[in-house]
Amino acid sequence: MYKLILPTRYFLKRRITYLAVAAVALCVFIVVVVMTVMNGLVSEFKGKNHDFVGDCIVSTESLVGFAYYEEFLNELRDQDFVLAASPVAKGFGLLTQPGTGQNIGVEIMGIEPAGFCEATKFAQTLYYHKDDPVNAFAPTYNPTLAGCVVGIDMISRSRDRSGKYYHNSEPLRIELMVTCFPLTAKGALAKAATDLVNSKTIYYSDDSHTGLVKVDARMVYLPFEFAQKLFGMAGATPRASAIHVKFTEGASLKTGVDEIEKMWNGFAGAHANQKYANLLKNVSVQSWLDYRRSSIAPMEKEQVMLILLFSMLGIITVFIIFVIFYMIICHKTKDIGILKSVGISRVAIVQVFLTFAAGVGIAGSGIGAGAGCTFLTKINDMEDWLFEHFGWELWDRTVYAIGDIPNDIKWEALAIITASAVLAALAGAFLPSARAARDRPVELLQVSQL
Amino acid sequence: MIGMTGEPIMSEMLKANGICKSYKMGQTRIEVLKGLDLSVRPGEFVAIVGASGSGKSTLLHILGALDEPDAGSVEFEGKRLDKFRAGELNRFRNKMVGFVFQFYHLLDELNVLENVALPAMAQSGTIGWLRRRIGAKKHAQGLLERLGLAERIAHKPYQLSGGERQRVAIARALMNEPKVLLADEPTGNLDSETGNGILRVLEELNNNGQTIVMVTHDDRIARRAHNVIRLADGKIV
Repeated sequence: MYKLILPTRYFLKRRITYLAVAAVALCVFIVVVVMTVMNGLVSEFKGKNHDFVGDCIVSTESLVGFAYYEEFLNELRDQDFVLAASPVAKGFGLLTQPGTGQNIGVEIMGIEPAGFCEATKFAQTLYYHKDDPVNAFAPTYNPTLAGCVVGIDMISRSRDRSGKYYHNSEPLRIELMVTCFPLTAKGALAKAATDLVNSKTIYYSDDSHTGLVKVDARMVYLPFEFAQKLFGMAGATPRASAIHVKFTEGASLKTGVDEIEKMWNGFAGAHANQKYANLLKNVSVQSWLDYRRSSIAPMEKEQVMLILLFSMLGIITVFIIFVIFYMIICHKTKDIGILKSVGISRVAIVQVFLTFAAGVGIAGSGIGAGAGCTFLTKINDMEDWLFEHFGWELWDRTVYAIGDIPNDIKWEALAIITASAVLAALAGAFLPSARAARDRPVELLQVSQL
Repeated sequence: MIGMTGEPIMSEMLKANGICKSYKMGQTRIEVLKGLDLSVRPGEFVAIVGASGSGKSTLLHILGALDEPDAGSVEFEGKRLDKFRAGELNRFRNKMVGFVFQFYHLLDELNVLENVALPAMAQSGTIGWLRRRIGAKKHAQGLLERLGLAERIAHKPYQLSGGERQRVAIARALMNEPKVLLADEPTGNLDSETGNGILRVLEELNNNGQTIVMVTHDDRIARRAHNVIRLADGKIV
């Protein structure tokens, strides 16, 4: 019973305990807040990438694309685990606004709006056609015109403080010209002997706000068949650059990707003797994580660095607890001597101080976690208040493609952080208490007598 | 020797053989005990007297297994303490001996009753304590009543006088009904009237059969014991 009574009394009576509790609480608070915000930013960013491309992408890096995609699409759509599959034609071109004399290099995605919106969350990125994405390429001012959807940052727009873009009630009639170099299936210029390029006039129909900076700044979306003609991918054996696939609810990403890869390998093998079989060799099947690796990896690396930095913070916490418990136990050598003189074992003495340390860890991590959760719940309100009164905000929403400060608390992460804090407290207290428990009773008592 | 009941009577409860102990002080080594022999019979009241630095407290600590000799051995009821494993030593300190220190050495965070019951708590786990706590608390209260501390059960040590604290320490030492009570200068920190009070308590305990070994530097106090052993220069004179 003394193993509960003594630690409880030490915890409540010794003021230095409150320092130890405060140290643990502060560390837990910092880790909870920073990790939640960082994890939120990374999750949000990953989510945007996932929404943009779907679950699985069958694609080629080659600007020529690959043939026989319609056949493979049909095979995919027959699978139980595939909810939707949609082809995409990709390329690069120049975009000009007639009369301005300005050209910008753009990336072009040719999509089938209905299918692409089933395979990805493209519909949610639109403004004027959010509710009828099938008509994304039909400008409301004249649906017969060849419409295009552009990345939201390609049109000069003002933004409010929350980062929301201002839109007119109707899309402006903006005429644009897109120019591309069409390529043959062998990768040669399709119009080598003539005028080299394909140029088409297109009209602004809508903009797409994916939240991905590079995409929103340079992407132009066109109807799939329109893009195929621009790139020289149309004809008797049409080509596509990629097929975006969405799995059914509950289907495993890894299993789905592996299945599609097996299917593709079988498909490529079955077409090995076909005319454009060589184009099938450059096709890869990837999950959205691997497909967008180049965008996601830097953020994940920052997250790993932050975790490493906070591990160091954890080591510092252990050291602080060690120092505080060393001081506490130095003051308690008399008590340890008394306990040993009445026959209490070394192990039991260490248990007394570890129980004390566990109390410090639990109290500190409880306070830190509670304060962290409260702070996170109110973080955006606090930022609004600071901006209203002092003009200060964490980041300029008119510049960064980030909205509210992420504050979605992950309970598993919180449990790990608080458990780690308790373990840190135990680790910090273990050495001083084990060392003190090792001494002979007379040595412990004589120190205090002196 | 065989007693009237047919059971052998132990001639010696506690026996020290050739005890040597030294301490390192800086570069020098100071020999405190130099081959000392001692025996204590059941029911005896032994006073070990000597000048300051003569080694009497060191001897008491070795007899109570709070310290280890450099050479020699201590036997308790015929068993050598140096052969005891850690758990046996803990049980020896918990049940066989009760120690009373000059500076009381009570736990400040526990009240009087809890301090006295500490040896009983030490021998039980948490669940074991829940089963025997009522009996143990009654026994502790009984001891405190015998020592005139019935009104002080809920007080903390800092709220007691020196004499009261020493009586709490005696009650704690008696909690598990030890076979030997070891008292290290029990009146050393008290005024003469209070000290006499404590000595009367020890005499009464001894009259009831308690074996006591007491260390003192005061001859007048030592004379209250049955047997006085003088220590000088690390040896019995």
